[in-house]
Amino acid sequence: MLEIKNLHVKLEDEDKQILKGVDLKVEAGKVHAIMGPNGSGKSTLSYVLSGRDGYEVTEGSAELEGEDILELEPEERAAAGMFLAFQYPVEIPGVGNMTFLRTAVNAQRKARGEDELSASDFLKEVRAKAKTLKIDADMLKRPVNVGFSGGEKKRNEILQMAMLEPKLCILDETDSGLDVDAMKLVAEGVNALRDEGRGFLVITHYQRLLDHIKPDVVHILAGGRIVKTGGPELALEVENNGYAGILAEEA
Amino acid sequence: MALPEVKQSATEARLSALTLPESGCLKAARQAALSRVQTMGLPSRRDEYWKYTKPDTLVQAEAPKAAVFHADETPMFNAFDRLNIVFVDGVFDAEASDDLSLEGVTIDRIEDICCKDIHWAKDLYGVLEARGQTPVERPLAALNTAFASDGVAIRVTGKVSKPVNFTYVHSDENSDAILHHVIRVESGAEVTILENGPAASRFNKCMEIDIADGGKLHLVRAQGRDHERRAATHLFARLGTESVFKSFTLTVNGVLTRNEAVIELTGDDAVAHIAGACVGDGDFHHDDTVFITHDAVNCESRQVFKKVLRNGATGVFQGKILVKEGAQKTDGYQISQSLLLDDDSQFLAKPELEIYADDVACSHGSTSGAIDEEGLFYLRSRGVPHAEATDLMTLAFLAEAVDEIEDAEIAADIVSRLEGWLARRR
Ligand SMILES: Nc1ncnc2c1ncn2[C@@H]1O[C@H](COP(=O)(O)OP(=O)(O)O)[C@@H](O)[C@H]1O
Ligand SMILES: [Mg+2]
Repeated sequence: MLEIKNLHVKLEDEDKQILKGVDLKVEAGKVHAIMGPNGSGKSTLSYVLSGRDGYEVTEGSAELEGEDILELEPEERAAAGMFLAFQYPVEIPGVGNMTFLRTAVNAQRKARGEDELSASDFLKEVRAKAKTLKIDADMLKRPVNVGFSGGEKKRNEILQMAMLEPKLCILDETDSGLDVDAMKLVAEGVNALRDEGRGFLVITHYQRLLDHIKPDVVHILAGGRIVKTGGPELALEVENNGYAGILAEEA
Repeated sequence: MALPEVKQSATEARLSALTLPESGCLKAARQAALSRVQTMGLPSRRDEYWKYTKPDTLVQAEAPKAAVFHADETPMFNAFDRLNIVFVDGVFDAEASDDLSLEGVTIDRIEDICCKDIHWAKDLYGVLEARGQTPVERPLAALNTAFASDGVAIRVTGKVSKPVNFTYVHSDENSDAILHHVIRVESGAEVTILENGPAASRFNKCMEIDIADGGKLHLVRAQGRDHERRAATHLFARLGTESVFKSFTLTVNGVLTRNEAVIELTGDDAVAHIAGACVGDGDFHHDDTVFITHDAVNCESRQVFKKVLRNGATGVFQGKILVKEGAQKTDGYQISQSLLLDDDSQFLAKPELEIYADDVACSHGSTSGAIDEEGLFYLRSRGVPHAEATDLMTLAFLAEAVDEIEDAEIAADIVSRLEGWLARRR
């Protein structure tokens, strides 16, 4: 599904290397978790994969289902099946959430040569999916993320993911700032999307999210590199001992 | 006091190209306006009030040539049930206009009033314009009062069932039109006025609006799509107790536009909202100059102006809220913003507050900036192509102004024109 090889990334405007040779392979149907200290480059990895400006790939590659995605525009990556649930979802005053969702869904369908969803089919689908995420009609009408609480923003990300049905879902600290109930909702939303054809990259600091979204593989990213890969037990180790032990052992 | 020589000669040159029309009961008003013009002189670049906008082409004797733009779309507001009044290059077109009778309103042409000895409009024509000459002079409005060749006087006595629509057709590339409308909304009466079109190569328009206690007037105008046309418009409104005045202006293209609005809240609990959205590309200069005076208790005023500028277009905003002594509980809001789609465009803003009462809430803000890259990336990451995402962000920027239009159908018509403008520039 996703194959990253020896990925080196620096900031475009500064002489600062952030990713220093990341190798990662996410298979369809699997959930990979990435943990790691603050500032280790987790968000940078997710942004580079989704095509945000400001980063320069100096070495290495990233392929989605065999296609080199690093040369694609963000919207082309989205149409190819890439989705990032933002660590900090962006507020867009003046654009209604519903308009935004419909525009996005139809833009992707168009890019893939499919017919647009009819207004009524779209509505039906949004309403059903919003309901399971406890997103009310008012939130759908309001401008994108404007005045949403932290938890509402994260649920809104999952709603977008559910509507867009991507192939590879990256979740960047989707659990941060969520209370236990909200986290359960989000996890259920993610689990409902788990599918043989879909891969997940879940960035988190906490075991508690991984109690709900059970990972197949856990990676530790530190200093711009994946320093350790293991099974779910690796997340427990982080939970119990922090990163210090692992980092010392790998150094 | 004598005028500076340059101003004096420019004023004389302009005046010598005009003749006072047949005046009837408006004769005194016209003559008084003419002497105001002679005393003030026409605007020049040296005037503080014209610091950001060159008045030369609005003042010169001959109107600069402006090609007539032939749009391939249905004119705005055409789909609505309305009473349509058509002016072609500033000349009333009886053939194209509807019959001027409608329940709750009487409409007379200024040209007709000019041969009458008695008419209610005599008490309004030039009156608000003259009041609006202090503390800032507006000589082009006085020029209009003196020389307007036509226009209408609308008296609203009830709740009018459909909008009164002005269609201003531009057909001659050398046309120079001066129109003057007066509108009196009687106590408790209500009307919607629509205006659409460039009107002429050069258009000087003045509208005086007097709203009695509890009256309501909604005004929505669109200034046409002609690239080369010039316009200097003045809106003078006086609001009585518990009256409401809401105005929205859409400006798409036009080489030069100066829209002045002078609003006086003279009765308690009155509400005045004035909004504008303009989009300009290249040779485009758009100036909103607003002066709102609060002279009563518990009134609300709102100014919302948004400008989208690209390829070296210029936007200007001069907006003032004056709260007079005793105008307690005033709620004044003013926002002017520009979205610069490139580095060549510019926005010049001069927001002002002058307050002589202590129990008031006034705020004003002005910003100028590029499209929010974060928002743009967010949209694109969801699959929305760059151009479409930019348009969506641009419309979102304009939304606060467009939201000032109460009628959903009118707002939708406006939005569709903005979408069209953006789509043509992809
Ligand atoms: N646009 C940027 N400008 C400056 N520094 C950045 C930028 N993006 C990332 N960084 C820096 O790169 C490092 C990695 O950041 P990030 O990827 O956000 O880490 P994480 O998500 O793992 O906490 C940090 O030191 C951060 O300050
Ligand atoms: Mg991060």
